[in-house]
Amino acid sequence: MSIDQATVRKIASLARIAISDAEAAAMEGELNGILGWVEQLGEVDVTGVEPMTAVIPNHLRLRDDVVDADPLTGGNRRDDILANAPAPQHGFFGVPKVIE
Amino acid sequence: MTDLTNLTVAGIRDGHRAGDFSAVEVAEAFNANVAGAKALNAFIVETPEHAIAAAKTADADRAAGTLKPLSGVPIGMKDLFATNGVQTTAASHMLEGFVPRYESTVSQKLWDAGCGMLGKLNLDQFAMGSSNETSYFGNVISPWKRNDGGNAALAPGGSSGGSSSAIAARLCPAATGTDTGGSIRQPAAFVGISGIKPTYGRCSRWGIVAFASSLDQAGPMARDVRDCAIMLENMAGFDPKDATSLNMAVPNWEAALSSDLKGKKVGIPKEYRLEGIDPEIDAMWDAGIAMLKDAGAEVVEISLPHTKYALPTYYIIAPAEASSNLARYDGVRYGLRDLPEKAGLQDMYAATRADGFGPEVKRRIMIGTYVLSAGFYDAYYTQAQKVRTLIARDFEQAFGMCDVILAPTAPSAAFGLGEKTADPLSMYLNDVFAVPASLAGLPAMSVPAALNREGLPLGLQIIGKAFDEQGVLNAGLAIEERAGFNARAEKWW
Repeated sequence: MSIDQATVRKIASLARIAISDAEAAAMEGELNGILGWVEQLGEVDVTGVEPMTAVIPNHLRLRDDVVDADPLTGGNRRDDILANAPAPQHGFFGVPKVIE
Repeated sequence: MTDLTNLTVAGIRDGHRAGDFSAVEVAEAFNANVAGAKALNAFIVETPEHAIAAAKTADADRAAGTLKPLSGVPIGMKDLFATNGVQTTAASHMLEGFVPRYESTVSQKLWDAGCGMLGKLNLDQFAMGSSNETSYFGNVISPWKRNDGGNAALAPGGSSGGSSSAIAARLCPAATGTDTGGSIRQPAAFVGISGIKPTYGRCSRWGIVAFASSLDQAGPMARDVRDCAIMLENMAGFDPKDATSLNMAVPNWEAALSSDLKGKKVGIPKEYRLEGIDPEIDAMWDAGIAMLKDAGAEVVEISLPHTKYALPTYYIIAPAEASSNLARYDGVRYGLRDLPEKAGLQDMYAATRADGFGPEVKRRIMIGTYVLSAGFYDAYYTQAQKVRTLIARDFEQAFGMCDVILAPTAPSAAFGLGEKTADPLSMYLNDVFAVPASLAGLPAMSVPAALNREGLPLGLQIIGKAFDEQGVLNAGLAIEERAGFNARAEKWW
């Protein structure tokens, strides 16, 4: 199946990437080229095959249920976390006004 | 006095330990090479002071008798690893100026082992690319030139192109790389060095900028197999902060190196004989087969029937995971923010991401968004995950008949910058031999095998069973000893 420019704009909107009409036109061809190529997977017989969930068998671990189990990833790191924020305000992440 | 920048990691470690030279002398020599090689554009940030500080510590440790495994060895760090206090960009505009307040597990392990950092190495943007032409900070140039008298700038491979170029040009003896679909092995092959992607989960992903989490794996790049073993020992290990980290002891790979392959079986996958491939690639492969036979191995033909589906599978799964991972770049918490006048939150997201991501990154996010979207998820993503199961099963069955698999690393030698950028698909196809092992999570390495008629390096790839890095390294060593590859790029930079 091929996609049109309206679909390209829809995907860009879902991906939260602003694109111009010229970019949408260029991307239409590129994405169709790539999607047309990956569609060959449809010819593989996958009857009874489970989708892969883990490439190397492993089991999920639980960490100890304690506060700040890891000092680096625990709490009380506000200033570190805000250090790279583009517009921190009063110890919070700043964003444009969302409620009038 | 010998040029210290010609020494391997083992040579620096052992020479420093024996008192032949000081670590500061080594660091100064490499710092000078880095400073003199701007034309290669291998580094995004240079950190000579970090290398010198670690070297001073190494010299003091030697005097005090408290040497660490890699004391005195300066390395390059791919700019995908978060480094505390040093800008970490993933070669993107999005993360330009981002200075982590924490250290990635792998880089911390290397500093704890005594390494110093020469700088942060350039790469393809968010590790997406096979030629290092998608970096926001400009192309990395390979130190190699064709022998046709021309002066064409060649690709160092990607995504770890800064790492490969810097090692081949003697700007560092070793570097970190990451491999999602060939990003350690293909650049290593392009510049005539070695590199190993270990079993998925050997090296912690914590603090590595995420691309496709079920595939991303860190590994070392260096000039020879022994150096790869040494580096990997000091990068691998269990990390509770990575949910997919393997809780297994790290073997002493270096101590167990052996190029005697008696009793070992080497599989040759018939599906890797591609129609229309450069005959020099097949000839190099045949020469590699002869080398492993000479080392005592028995050679058997094997079949990996789903090989032709590996690349299309990869180009669904990797973009799908990328679109999810890169959703974090929203202009709120870190990185770039583009806030057009009177823009609301949604417009800010869209403007930030339009400005912060390059064309290849956008393309992959878009593909990933599409294959995960309602109505298409099963046809693309679920189907790809099922085919991925079949690809992994191919390897399981093949490893019932052999211990390691030998194949070319890439279908061509290094190509010229700009030769493949017009057509994304032709670039993707360069990873045809590298991607299957990534999809199956298997250890795989590239070792230099020969020069082609243009005077450019070609690499051979060894793929091993899960957790059998030793088998991969040993077969790599057998090739290294027999290929006798010692060519290096003539200095022009």
